[in-house]
Amino acid sequence: MGDSSSDDENAWVFYKDRPEWKDVDPVPQDDGNADIAAIRYTAKFKDVYDYFRAVLTKQEKSERALQLTKDAAELNPANYTVWQFRRDILKALNKDLYEELEYSQHIIDEHPKNYQVWHHRRVLVEWLKDASKELHLTELILNDDAKNYHAWQHRQWAIKTFNLFENELAYVDQLIQDDIRNNSAWNQRYFVINNTSGFTCEVLKSEIKYTLEKIKIAKENESAWNYLRGLLLHDKEGLSKNETVTNYCEELYSSGNRSPFLLAFLVDMCDEQVSQGGGDMRYTLERAEELCNSLANQYDKIRTKYWQYMAEKIKNKAEGKSEPSPPSDDS
Amino acid sequence: MAIPIKDIKLPEDSPKELLLDKHVEFIKRYGKSDDDYEFGMSDYLRMSGMYWGLTALELVDKLHILPENDVIDFIKRCQDPETGGISACIDHDPHLLYTLSAVQILCMYDRLDAVDASAVVNYVTSLQLPDGSFTGDKWGEVDTRFSFCAVATLALLNRLDAIDVEKAVSFVESCKNFDEGFGSRPFSESHAGMVYCCLGFLSITGRLDIVDRDTLAWWLCERQLPSGGLNGRPEKLPDVCYSWWVLSSLTMLGRLHWISAPALKRFILACQDVETGGFSDRPGDVADPYHTVFGFAALSLLGFDSIKPVNPTFCMPQHVIDKLKIKHQLL
Repeated sequence: MGDSSSDDENAWVFYKDRPEWKDVDPVPQDDGNADIAAIRYTAKFKDVYDYFRAVLTKQEKSERALQLTKDAAELNPANYTVWQFRRDILKALNKDLYEELEYSQHIIDEHPKNYQVWHHRRVLVEWLKDASKELHLTELILNDDAKNYHAWQHRQWAIKTFNLFENELAYVDQLIQDDIRNNSAWNQRYFVINNTSGFTCEVLKSEIKYTLEKIKIAKENESAWNYLRGLLLHDKEGLSKNETVTNYCEELYSSGNRSPFLLAFLVDMCDEQVSQGGGDMRYTLERAEELCNSLANQYDKIRTKYWQYMAEKIKNKAEGKSEPSPPSDDS
Repeated sequence: MAIPIKDIKLPEDSPKELLLDKHVEFIKRYGKSDDDYEFGMSDYLRMSGMYWGLTALELVDKLHILPENDVIDFIKRCQDPETGGISACIDHDPHLLYTLSAVQILCMYDRLDAVDASAVVNYVTSLQLPDGSFTGDKWGEVDTRFSFCAVATLALLNRLDAIDVEKAVSFVESCKNFDEGFGSRPFSESHAGMVYCCLGFLSITGRLDIVDRDTLAWWLCERQLPSGGLNGRPEKLPDVCYSWWVLSSLTMLGRLHWISAPALKRFILACQDVETGGFSDRPGDVADPYHTVFGFAALSLLGFDSIKPVNPTFCMPQHVIDKLKIKHQLL
């Protein structure tokens, strides 16, 4: 039985040819007559699943059935029924769940973008009430693909459920150093701060400093600019009145930088000041129009329509009118 | 200094016209060749495979080339008599994803009578958790995708009253991020697929008021890359399926015109396989029904005459939604 899940097709023995399975009648899949999105099964797939359906129907919770679920899961790790039945058997046979945890790491490593394998992992961690291996596991996966959505979801769940926040900000910082444009890491930064210190005045100050330093390194980095906006949501004064930010943006602009994200930020600062009135003489309707024009015609031409809209919207606000209606479809 | 943007280059010789007949052949033939062993549909998602294929056919007025009764019979046999939910394949476990796919197909055929609709309603209702969220099946993964599936299924059955809509809305609202996008759970990174699910959810529940329309629409149109294609998150590659998730979201927000339609058309058309028919995620990859229906649907929103109008909320032919008088909100 040991090598029954071997990838070597030559070593593979069909369940129908295994003496220890002689007592089981295989149950074939009924595909109906519908002639669309038909499914082709390999002989191996059909054999394994015919026997899987048989043990499932009988609810046979045995060692051999456990082994069979492994073969079935490896042929199609997205089959959620296989995983559920596997868990039923693990419970019924009182198996060592740490062994299963190790196995799940192996299968996640092979199928890192599969919903069901991650779900299996989560249930095991819940059963064991032990998340001590989860940070390491997700780090392994994120080493290969730093934006793997499943890994991030699992990591956030483990951190939140088992209060593993302690070193997370350092990890996030490492990821941002490795790839300053890793939006998942920026999102994680927000998650950690929001769930620990919160965005207090001091935190806000140091986070703004951190973010501006990163923008200095890569000025066309959507993630960092978005994070900066996210931070300023916590500034009671709004987007346009934080001196550190406005001074930074103005210096950058004066230095000749025309990153669309910088210009977009300046547009939003104008938008805020035009509608709220007062404050900074730099953020006017005229400046907004000029910026929107240069974005529409030069720096962000693919989004021309958006910038034309913004120019009109801010103008209408200045004149006390409601928002512009969408143009007729002339694209 | 400039770090290259993560994107692709469209090959010079990529197709520039819509190869309609080839796509119809592709859907009709899909799964019937031995080549499909490797890339073919798996049984665990067959119901969705059918929905993709049949919707694609109906969008180009070719639904009649497949026998309706076989499809209806298949769906009937996928309804679980115990829970009322519908599975991907006969005798599989029911799941919300396939329940919605099945109901969408039945609506297209105007054959809701074929299943026990009140049992479907009970199934969907049973999956709502106290915090308003939904699990995909009785084993419990929570995700905003399932919030969408739940309300879409109920709306098509005209039974939105069966769940606690207010709580469902607050869960979805709790998944809104600082960049105004949505993730799969609270604090999960914004992702265009989840944005579609959440906006679709809010469109159906009539609560699009909870989003900051222009900020989210800007985030969405930032998904457009120089190749014309759309990605799902910052710094990810473009993919035809995001043409749909992003475009339908922009349509729900009444901001479809903010992206460059000609550039996106070029990208989508370049993802056609001139030999086999069908669309792939990116030029040169293997075509499949999933990318084919989303390619069609996106081209429909862009106003292609040879494709019927598609409804942005339900990803179904508009005439079906009109005929059934399904209420939903669009801005």
